[in-house]
Amino acid sequence: MTQAEIKLCSLLLQEHFGEIVEKIGVHLIRTGSQPIRVIVHDTRTSLDQVKKALCVLIQHNLVIYQVHRRGMVEYEAQCSRVLRMLRYPRYIYTAKTLYNDTGELIVEELLLNGKMTMSALVKKVADRLTETMEDGKTMDYAEVSCTFVRLADTHFVQRCPLVHATENSDPGPPPPAPTLVINEKDMFLVPKLSLIGKGKRRRSSEDDATGEPKAKRPKHTTDNKEPIPDDGIYWQANLDRFHQHFRDQAIVSAVANRMDQTSSEIVRTMLRMSEVTTPSSAPFTQPLSSNEIFRSLPVGYNISKQVLDQYLTLLADDPLEFVGKSGDSGGGMYIINLHKALGSLATASLESVVQERFGSRCARIFRLVLQKKHLEQKQVEDFAMIPAKEAKDMLYKMLSENFISLQEIPKTPDHAPSRTFYLYTVNILSAARMLLHRCYKSIANLIERRQFETKENKRLLEKSQRVEAIIASMQATGAEAAQLQEIEEMITAPERQQLETLKHNVNKLDASEIQVDETIFLLESYIESTMKRQ
Amino acid sequence: MASRGGGRGQGRGRGQLTFNTEAVGIGKGDALPPSTLQPSPLFPPLEFYPVPLPSGEEGEYVLALKQELRGAMRQLPYFIRPAVPKRDVERYSDKYQMSGPIDNAIDWNPDWRRLPRELRIRVRKLQKDRSTILVPKRPPKTTEYKEETIQKLETLEKKEEELTSEEDEEKEEEEKEEEEEEEYDEEEHEEETDYIMSYFDNGEDFGGDSDDHMDEAIY
Repeated sequence: MTQAEIKLCSLLLQEHFGEIVEKIGVHLIRTGSQPIRVIVHDTRTSLDQVKKALCVLIQHNLVIYQVHRRGMVEYEAQCSRVLRMLRYPRYIYTAKTLYNDTGELIVEELLLNGKMTMSALVKKVADRLTETMEDGKTMDYAEVSCTFVRLADTHFVQRCPLVHATENSDPGPPPPAPTLVINEKDMFLVPKLSLIGKGKRRRSSEDDATGEPKAKRPKHTTDNKEPIPDDGIYWQANLDRFHQHFRDQAIVSAVANRMDQTSSEIVRTMLRMSEVTTPSSAPFTQPLSSNEIFRSLPVGYNISKQVLDQYLTLLADDPLEFVGKSGDSGGGMYIINLHKALGSLATASLESVVQERFGSRCARIFRLVLQKKHLEQKQVEDFAMIPAKEAKDMLYKMLSENFISLQEIPKTPDHAPSRTFYLYTVNILSAARMLLHRCYKSIANLIERRQFETKENKRLLEKSQRVEAIIASMQATGAEAAQLQEIEEMITAPERQQLETLKHNVNKLDASEIQVDETIFLLESYIESTMKRQ
Repeated sequence: MASRGGGRGQGRGRGQLTFNTEAVGIGKGDALPPSTLQPSPLFPPLEFYPVPLPSGEEGEYVLALKQELRGAMRQLPYFIRPAVPKRDVERYSDKYQMSGPIDNAIDWNPDWRRLPRELRIRVRKLQKDRSTILVPKRPPKTTEYKEETIQKLETLEKKEEELTSEEDEEKEEEEKEEEEEEEYDEEEHEEETDYIMSYFDNGEDFGGDSDDHMDEAIY
């Protein structure tokens, strides 16, 4: 793991889980698989704290364990999974757009808690939804279960590996750690539960039932005695499926930008049809015939078959090669080139970075070299129609930042410099990796700056919180407007201004983080897709 | 001998470079840019102003989600804080105050069947209306029977308070699932007193929490 990634992981762990978990997590990321005693010794934290940290990290799927020979258990951290924490808000928002508030809360609870059983999850979400509803209304468990089942059917949530049930006849001592297995077929199988109930509001002590004398109420209520029906079956959010959805969204919006709305709808339909048939890492989708696509178009779209065929031909002929034609049966078989699409998106990101950082003339040179693959210094000047001095300057700037690289082609075996061709070229994979590394560094910088800003104004923030708390309590007890006014004036106008600036800055930094994360997603998908093909 | 003469053309000598400068575009006699004598500035001036961030409903919602999530995660039991360091002198009020995080107990209840046995740690029962009291183990008294009945009455009394709110019901469920490896049951060692535990407040909490990280406002 690169230093930039480790630094970013450290900041994320610290923000979300505290210093102790951060120390243990970063140590594991740096040094790889370790048993607990070594962790305790190397990080110089107490055994109890290490245990607590490991429990939290394992619960959130950030650390896995393995039993080695001689009964030693080793723990390994998953750096890439830690970096996913940046994307949590995006996952939750996607769930909201697809499955409304219920889906949003289900995914949020799953992400906040790492893994949960279905019954616990449904209960918690129902309670939360009931809080937000008007007085007297409650959320039924059945509705929440229904949304959960839909999420499982579309693979957005998946089962965690189960504890391998050993037979009772096993005479040896119990293993130091359970082995977890998962059957591929069962991964999205929802257990048959009959969850009956409604969400409960957090009741204040006033609306307590007055009937029963409290001393006589039994100490144990009967629901505690019932065994939980889906005990041991835990669910987690399936991040790969979310990534697939983001990728599809990116492709559709790219097509919409390049061509028009109708073609993007066609591409969206094709992607939807291939959701379950094509694994997410395939380079292209299964071939779909034009007739099938016509039948599966959304109901509102009434374009005729010929128009659809024309659109498909246009898409297939486009130089971007998002859609390809793979045969003629069934009115024409079409596929979506996922790998090429990701490549184009990554390249577009690179071009856009060059343009914003170095100017549009540099971007012209960059696009030229991309297109022509290898160019000499002289040829660059000629093709780009930029004077030699400036072209030289720009090429060197891009070369020094590693967007462009030099390729040597020797004429003689001794590689003498006077007899070697030096060609400029763009290696997309390595440029993408370089840009990804820069993205990690920039997010780390953004987070650090945000923490710095909040720390600077800590005193002021505390004061404003206290004032808000006082106002809230006074409003609850029914104070007059004059008194509230007095309390509000405890924060002076320049302080208010300072708070406003702080809020504005923090919002801006947060929004930038979200934006950089989108670029990270594109680049990572492209790099992953390329590595899988090799 | 032969190699000494042959080394002449291999980059030795001032001003000679290992590659042909014409091929990369530096002609003969061209002025090279001045050499840098110091590291590049920490915040170099920006040539081009960055593009504004996308705004809109989606952006605002995701931003709000992000900030809420940050705040929420700090409040969850998964956020592990170091134990409050012991003060120099043991004070009377220590027995009655809400104790902070402690090292040898975990605040939430994981599924121990899924974790390696070596990670097992005591689960702390956190009651909302009562403070957990860290009283060191007392030697068993001779009038144990009488004390037990008095304590049973008191615990029942305390149970009444708990049953008024939903959250405590859930905590009771947690209690029932407690492990057999609990070192001591905190209920049995509470002080005999008629006062509610939250009665005692010596005002030391005010401004005293500056060393834990809960004080950042989350926008």
